[in-house]
Amino acid sequence: MAVNAAGRNIPNTIPGYGDVLPFRGYTKRLPKGNRVGKKNRAAFNTKTDKTLPNIKAAIKASGLESGMTVSFHHHLRNGDYVVNMVLDACYEMGIKDLVVFPTALFGVHKHLTKHIQKGVIKQIQGSVNGPIGQLASEGGMELPVVLRSHGGRPRAVMSGDVHIDVAFVAAPTADRYGNLTGAHGESACGSLGYAHTDADFAECVVAVTDNLVSYPALDIQIPQTQVDYVVEVDKIGDPSGIVSGTTRVTRDPMRLLIARYAALLIEASPYFREGISFQTGAGGISLATAAYVREAMRERNIKGSFGLGGITSFFVGMLEEGLFEQILDVQSFDLSAVESISRNAKHVEISADWYANPWNAGCVVNMLDTVVLGATEVDRKFNANVNTEADGALLHGIGGHQDTASGAKLTIITTPLLRGRIPSVVDSVYTVTTPGEVVDAVVTEFGVAINPNRKDLIEAAKSDPEIPLVSIDDLVEKAEKLTGSMTPVEVEDRIIGVVEYRDGSVIDVVRQLKK
Amino acid sequence: MKLRRTKLYLPGNNPNMLLRGHLFRPDGVILDLEDAVSMSEKDAARILVREILKQGEFGECEVTVRINGMDTDMWRRDIETVVPCGIDGIRVPKAESPKDMQILDEALSEIEENSGIPIGKTLVFCLLETALGIWNAYDIATSTPRIAGICPGGEDLRADLKTDRSDSGEELIGPRRIVVLAAHAAKVDALDTVYSNVTDDEGLRRETEWIKQLGFQGKSVIHPNQIPVIHDVFTPTQKEIDQAQKIVAAAKDAARKGLGAVSVDGRMVDKPVVKRAEYTLQRAGLLEGGE
Repeated sequence: MAVNAAGRNIPNTIPGYGDVLPFRGYTKRLPKGNRVGKKNRAAFNTKTDKTLPNIKAAIKASGLESGMTVSFHHHLRNGDYVVNMVLDACYEMGIKDLVVFPTALFGVHKHLTKHIQKGVIKQIQGSVNGPIGQLASEGGMELPVVLRSHGGRPRAVMSGDVHIDVAFVAAPTADRYGNLTGAHGESACGSLGYAHTDADFAECVVAVTDNLVSYPALDIQIPQTQVDYVVEVDKIGDPSGIVSGTTRVTRDPMRLLIARYAALLIEASPYFREGISFQTGAGGISLATAAYVREAMRERNIKGSFGLGGITSFFVGMLEEGLFEQILDVQSFDLSAVESISRNAKHVEISADWYANPWNAGCVVNMLDTVVLGATEVDRKFNANVNTEADGALLHGIGGHQDTASGAKLTIITTPLLRGRIPSVVDSVYTVTTPGEVVDAVVTEFGVAINPNRKDLIEAAKSDPEIPLVSIDDLVEKAEKLTGSMTPVEVEDRIIGVVEYRDGSVIDVVRQLKK
Repeated sequence: MKLRRTKLYLPGNNPNMLLRGHLFRPDGVILDLEDAVSMSEKDAARILVREILKQGEFGECEVTVRINGMDTDMWRRDIETVVPCGIDGIRVPKAESPKDMQILDEALSEIEENSGIPIGKTLVFCLLETALGIWNAYDIATSTPRIAGICPGGEDLRADLKTDRSDSGEELIGPRRIVVLAAHAAKVDALDTVYSNVTDDEGLRRETEWIKQLGFQGKSVIHPNQIPVIHDVFTPTQKEIDQAQKIVAAAKDAARKGLGAVSVDGRMVDKPVVKRAEYTLQRAGLLEGGE
């Protein structure tokens, strides 16, 4: 056992994961050696059609065998049919012990439970949102889930930590020679940002589409040079689960209040100037913060450089109004974002590697001024937990949390002080996802706490009497006073989840819940 | 001058709102034991409100409790429970007669005495929700020195007037004017009733501008999102403040020199103009005093 830089006691080796590199600090681990790559291949004019009749034929052609690693992207979100379709076929073909390496799983993938129980799936390395996370937390998986951030995942692939045998790329539009795009088709999802590294590094790449078009496809995002096979299916997903309608700003007064404080902090900071760049999530508070910042940009006649992240109609509106020069889009959340990416040259698709990988020559998060993030919990040391809920269950992925927090000059975590009767600002978080050293401020309805290491920011915030500055200890005590102390979660020793930091070191582990 | 631009109603049976209401920075909060609470929850709400009052964390807000009407058997228990917690005032619904206010005054004095609270500290705000209440507005407002404000009713008053809600609100024009007149004659605040469409910010702004012009000092609020709109209407603009400062300075200068009226920017400045300018500065928090 060793205590890492986040203060967590982590074993030196974890069964089903291997040797542990303890987290040492957000810039401490540097790469060694070269990147890995896939085998060379050649293609000539003797074969100009990569289509295969069905998923099983593609699995066969890909050489997929028991024990191998298969990858998926999550651009189809809760509308995705492809993950379930491929694993159903694997089950029917008798393939077992697979390592499933998705960028994220959603509620729709509850279907995989039976494949976990029947041994088709041996391990999941990727975000497990919802039911699969609950199953893992209760000890329902043989090997621990490995969680990586959006930047940590391409790092793991490129450095050889994870070797993808077959990448199944859900493609809203494809041509017969393997050019893919998410911008068009019935199941359009906009950006295919998370799929790029897989397409580049997997030993075999299978595109699965429900919109096969004549060569060459329009607005190609993943080129034919990376794709080995194309399969046409009836439907790759349910459009209503893929993208939402127009994203609206909340009217919930508490969320608006928190958002207003976050926006005031941004406005008081030195980063609120011509050329500001920012990222917010699509959640209620994040989006409302963006709405207040937009107002302030209009009032003070400030034009931003770029908006980053998961993109909503709100950012598209800001681009069209001229409040941003560009949008860099790794994931398009709603119909308006999907529509914009295909017609506006200033709305640019970027890969997860480009977005957030710490081990390349420079990712976009390093250029970010401010990011507004959420968390299920934050603690006295500003550590943030986005993976587990108050009951200790592993229910959420890391997303870009670690990446944007480490890259942005101002990282703000917004959260209600209490959710129901559960405090969100606590003595010590149950799981450390993002270390406190890269979190600058915690904003709640009961006040704004700034990391004491950011004396400059504290001074800046004092310039606006509307910002209710408090200490993080004040928030912890306020929450405790309102709710009383929580009964600690009861767990077994067995580790069911490994939370990697974006550099591949281990920042925390999640243990099995006691029955 | 105590600003009463906004008074936010907080349901007495909703701990979430009771704990957080003040965070939206209204000028006052009204912990509601009356209409927001169903009959079966009256006792529970009274206990909850008492416990939250004991914590005493309401920021800068003026803290009042809306008790049950004096036509019920609950109002005495209400005040016996909340007044010893040291609140700023109570809001009494369906006030109709000065006699009732005197009964209330005596009951409050007794509780204050027994709880070691200075007698008369607990202010009373009256809701005039019937035609009779409106008719008696001045007598109610002057019935005891505790009365700090009077407020016309909304739906109850419409029903008693045998009319209903219109878009223009013309059915309440008369009652509102009477309340303003009575309040200022009695030197208490005229506070307006709620605007019930919580998603119509534009409608709220129009109504607030109108009641401000009539002479009201503020408005009751049923949703936190209404607060910034009303504050915006009632807060003097920088231009108004600049002009008021100029007038008050000129008046002071004239007084020092023993002059009567002076002129500012070519306009005659006499006593009422100075008074209005002082009121503007009081509302902006730049001048002490005012009633």
